[in-house]
Amino acid sequence: MLNRIGKQTLIFRNRPRVLGRFSLVGPKEGRGNFGKFFHKVIEDDLFGENTYEKAECKMLNYTITEAINNSGIKKDEIDALFAGDLMNQIISSSFSARTIGVPYIGLFGACSTMAESIIMGACYVDGGFGRNVACATGSHFSSAEKQFRYPLELGTQRPPSSQWTVTGMGCTILGRAQSGIAVESATIGNVIDWNVSDVNNMGAAMAPAAMSTLKAHLDDTGKQPSDYDLIVTGDLGKLGSEILMDLMEYNGYHLGNNYSDCGQMMFTNTQKTFMGGSGCGCGASILNSYIFDRMEKGELKNVLFIATGALMSTLSSQQGNSIPAIAHAVALSIGGKQNV
Amino acid sequence: MNETQRNEKYNAYIKSKMPKTKAWPSLFHAFWVGGLICCLGEFIKELCLYIFPYMTSLEASNWSSIIIIIIAALLTGFGIYDKIGAYAGAGSIIPITGFSNSIASSALEFKREGMVFGLMAKMFVIAGPVIVTGVLVSIFAGLLYLIF
Amino acid sequence: MFDDPLIYLKVFLVGGLVCMIGQILIITTQMTSARILVSFLLLGAFLEIIGVYQTIYNFAGAGIAIPITGFGASLARGAIDAGQNLGLIGVLTGGLTATAGGIAAAIFAGFVVAMIFNSRTK
Repeated sequence: MLNRIGKQTLIFRNRPRVLGRFSLVGPKEGRGNFGKFFHKVIEDDLFGENTYEKAECKMLNYTITEAINNSGIKKDEIDALFAGDLMNQIISSSFSARTIGVPYIGLFGACSTMAESIIMGACYVDGGFGRNVACATGSHFSSAEKQFRYPLELGTQRPPSSQWTVTGMGCTILGRAQSGIAVESATIGNVIDWNVSDVNNMGAAMAPAAMSTLKAHLDDTGKQPSDYDLIVTGDLGKLGSEILMDLMEYNGYHLGNNYSDCGQMMFTNTQKTFMGGSGCGCGASILNSYIFDRMEKGELKNVLFIATGALMSTLSSQQGNSIPAIAHAVALSIGGKQNV
Repeated sequence: MNETQRNEKYNAYIKSKMPKTKAWPSLFHAFWVGGLICCLGEFIKELCLYIFPYMTSLEASNWSSIIIIIIAALLTGFGIYDKIGAYAGAGSIIPITGFSNSIASSALEFKREGMVFGLMAKMFVIAGPVIVTGVLVSIFAGLLYLIF
Repeated sequence: MFDDPLIYLKVFLVGGLVCMIGQILIITTQMTSARILVSFLLLGAFLEIIGVYQTIYNFAGAGIAIPITGFGASLARGAIDAGQNLGLIGVLTGGLTATAGGIAAAIFAGFVVAMIFNSRTK
């Protein structure tokens, strides 16, 4: 029996559950809309290190360790770590794995990494290759800014379509259990490129990928958007999420009040982030705090988490390439047996 | 609808949805900050001429450039110049202070990668093109006048 | 030193205008800092080559000299003058000689500042 339906959707018949989770954010995010939901808000975003790259690595390490503690599972019983980040050669993840010392698979899906790691982790648990796995990702504003944009102290204006990379980390521990939030199914996206080349408008570059994956998910499972209590995208931002709603409308699906976007929600209007937050850590930190909190309280029963990522590099943009994007969807639910 | 048409249509649609910078306020910000920085330059020049009456006008101009370059680098170090830049845009990029800021901010950003390959090499990430174009255009100008 | 207060008005208006044109370019074309600086440097050099720069300078002083246009004009003027006096070698040495003060100050100040301070998260 094939554990998949349609073209792109995987079904997890053993329903891997969320056993533990942790989220960590920087000071600016802590003052945003979700400040009180995060497990830890740090006031110094160097986190006691002397460079932002080292700080990012330490934050991710801390987040994974705390998530493992949180789950009550011994480190020896974590059979794999799936992690990725935005730095070149995913150094933050690999360097964290170096100190944590569990079998590690590094992932790169840009800002889609949270969904990607949950999907890989769920496959691992569902297929019986591991008892428990850790899925983690994170991003840091200052290290991303240095790698992708300008020096921090350069006096320049951010374009109004730009987004603000979130300093935030998230880690989810998946394993087999009788109760808790279950990973029901997942839809793996194609790489979609609609020839958007403006690096200051990631939302517009990634919205078609989100549309493609969401549509594939709905087509494969035969569901309607209204079957979910919440459909949430990772970091499309204000503009990107409006575009996604328009694109879905064009394809005959209506996204109503049950749709929102982590990037759009992350910051308050006074924080001058223009289109909102972005980065791996944006979806990762909100999913592992606010969204899972509400699911555990029973306020949300079925959630579709779609993380989107832009797969370009600084070199590819300078060479005039357009921005390819990807989106992965993870269907989560709490309660009795469901599976599609 | 084939892919090219779809992409063109999508890009046109994005263009219509793009948030616009509020043009008038930002032009005004650039205008008064830029104007003020130039006035500061003029003031320093006249101050030099006042204190050192035997200084030539060219020397005084040079001193005034050098002094505001140093002021801009210090403001960059204190983390103030990028705030001015966020407010004024071109108003603080185009004056020579913007050139100084681009060198100082790059040097600050990359100092952790070491003295030679970090600070010294990356100092010119933004200012490099300015110096290169400047040298090329000066050679061009000199040749032009030499020949004609 | 304040024998001509009107000069400050001229400096303010011309300097402000140059920056405002730059801001229009940024808004309409989303140019980055480096491109803006290069464009205005070329503009300054061009004005010097066609002989207009000096006229604007006589009118507005620092209003045209403090923007990077002044840097471009000094480079061009330096190479032109040295070329006339020294020939081909002057063409090569003139530009940088005329602007050495500014470049050296920027490098020196940048270096010292980088030694003392650290960049901060916004």
